[in-house]
Amino acid sequence: MSESTLAGLRNWSAMSGRSIRLTRRNVEAGVTSLMLPVMLMLMFVYLFGGAINTGTDYVQYVVPGVLLLCVGFGSSLAAVAVSTDMNSGISDRFRSMDVSGNAVVAGHVVASVVRNAISTLLVFGVALLVGFRPHASPAGWAASGGILLAYVLAMSWFAAAVGLLARSPEGANAFTFVVMFLPYASSAFVPVDTMPSWLHGFARHQPSTPVIETLRRLLLHNNEAAAPWTALAWCAGVLGASMALTRVLYRLRTT
Amino acid sequence: MGSTNGIEARGLAKSYDSGPALCGLDLDVPPASVFALLGPNGAGKTTAVRILATLTRADSGSARVAGFDVATESRQVRRRISFTGQFAGVDEPQTGEENLRMMARLCGLNRRDARNRARDLLAQFDLADVAKNRVATYSGGMRRRLDLAAGLVGRPAVLFLDEPTTGLDPRSRQAMWVVLEALVKDGATVLLTTQYLEEADRLAHRMAMLDHGSVVAEGTPAELKARVGRQRLVLRAAHQAAYDDLLFELATRVIEVDPAGLSVSVATDGAAAAIRSLLDEVDPLRGLVARFAVRAPSLDDVFLALTGRGAQVAAQDV
Repeated sequence: MSESTLAGLRNWSAMSGRSIRLTRRNVEAGVTSLMLPVMLMLMFVYLFGGAINTGTDYVQYVVPGVLLLCVGFGSSLAAVAVSTDMNSGISDRFRSMDVSGNAVVAGHVVASVVRNAISTLLVFGVALLVGFRPHASPAGWAASGGILLAYVLAMSWFAAAVGLLARSPEGANAFTFVVMFLPYASSAFVPVDTMPSWLHGFARHQPSTPVIETLRRLLLHNNEAAAPWTALAWCAGVLGASMALTRVLYRLRTT
Repeated sequence: MGSTNGIEARGLAKSYDSGPALCGLDLDVPPASVFALLGPNGAGKTTAVRILATLTRADSGSARVAGFDVATESRQVRRRISFTGQFAGVDEPQTGEENLRMMARLCGLNRRDARNRARDLLAQFDLADVAKNRVATYSGGMRRRLDLAAGLVGRPAVLFLDEPTTGLDPRSRQAMWVVLEALVKDGATVLLTTQYLEEADRLAHRMAMLDHGSVVAEGTPAELKARVGRQRLVLRAAHQAAYDDLLFELATRVIEVDPAGLSVSVATDGAAAAIRSLLDEVDPLRGLVARFAVRAPSLDDVFLALTGRGAQVAAQDV
């Protein structure tokens, strides 16, 4: 391994450790990012579930959507973390030390993956308690984890780019709402067919829908049409575009 | 300047939307020396330091730091410098020790060396007791010391310090000066900005006074002070009539008046005999002068002498 690769890895590991510590110590945000998903799960299953007819047990239908809603929200918090950095003296310190913008951002993305892994396990546990009964093969479990990871990476990096664009952490926080509402206009909570027809185009062709449908297919073996490659293509596309955007925005923001 | 650790700037200019910040700055800082940039707020000190530390791009002009061009070889420059700005470059949710260990890792140290380096710096900056506390719980002075320690983690060849001792108590300021002097003795170059003439006087081998984005005077502290005049003797009159008498007696020898404070200043060399004979001459009956003080010229005096405007006035210009 070359000297600069080693230095790059060391920077990534130092920055990841930093971001994880910062996350762990932000108790309020931590509680929110764990409590909110659980509340949403319970709300959908018990408050709305009785009124929504999806042809199956609603809890079976809705869990993949709630999982996605949760990781979307968890990922969007990276925008706030990046924006906070950009507005504090520490970003000058990093830049004068030859630490690349990507290393700073990657630290926040790694912390986001860790945070989401924890909240996903929690939500999944609650889902099992309220009657979710997945029947996936071992390969199905692994693929589900993989596709959630791809979605978290893509959304976190996208959030980081938004964090660079936002003028203040408060502004970046507004972005979390956009991400929160993205899955609502998908097949996450109600079938797309039940929505007004002008919304069909968007609901079918946005990243949440193929990811959710793939998750349903993998976890429940239902007969739903699933498009795993479309889901992965969305994630890869958003991730690639966000990384490129991050590079450009970081340079623009810091000269 | 080759591969030495000095700083060399030619014609640096930078404008912001609010107007020009630097208008053709030239600087030469020899290796292993301390150079102080003095000036009121808005004079361009911070902009100059940020350009030299690769954080801001100049509109025109060029600069070399530690032998490398700040615009085209910024990575080479960054490996050899550290920058400590006016806003703390440390994470509040992390402990002091965690901050320094992180910086050490980013400077290329392995985990064990990073831990040792952090411990040494915490001890050196009198922070060992609070090493395991989060920075959010630190006092302003402690935070500033940690920030300065963070700038030393990588043993930089060139240090940029933007008002390093602002907000420090006198004891911490002294400690900081001692640390900086030791670094320079080991060959480091320090460029600092300050509003304290005393600090520049104590630390700097050379200094430059900035006003409206360019250098209005440059030299050793002694040279600059010589241009301002020596120390001054401040005489405070006992009452208004005494003040008028003093003004009349001293006439053209007066270099500064403060009518509100009933005081007049004259140049002095500080010798007791000279002060005694001056007092005897202007106040033979010992009723006019209530108090007297000998003081060194302040930054304001230097600035006034060099630009014809007080530093406070200049700061309000911008």
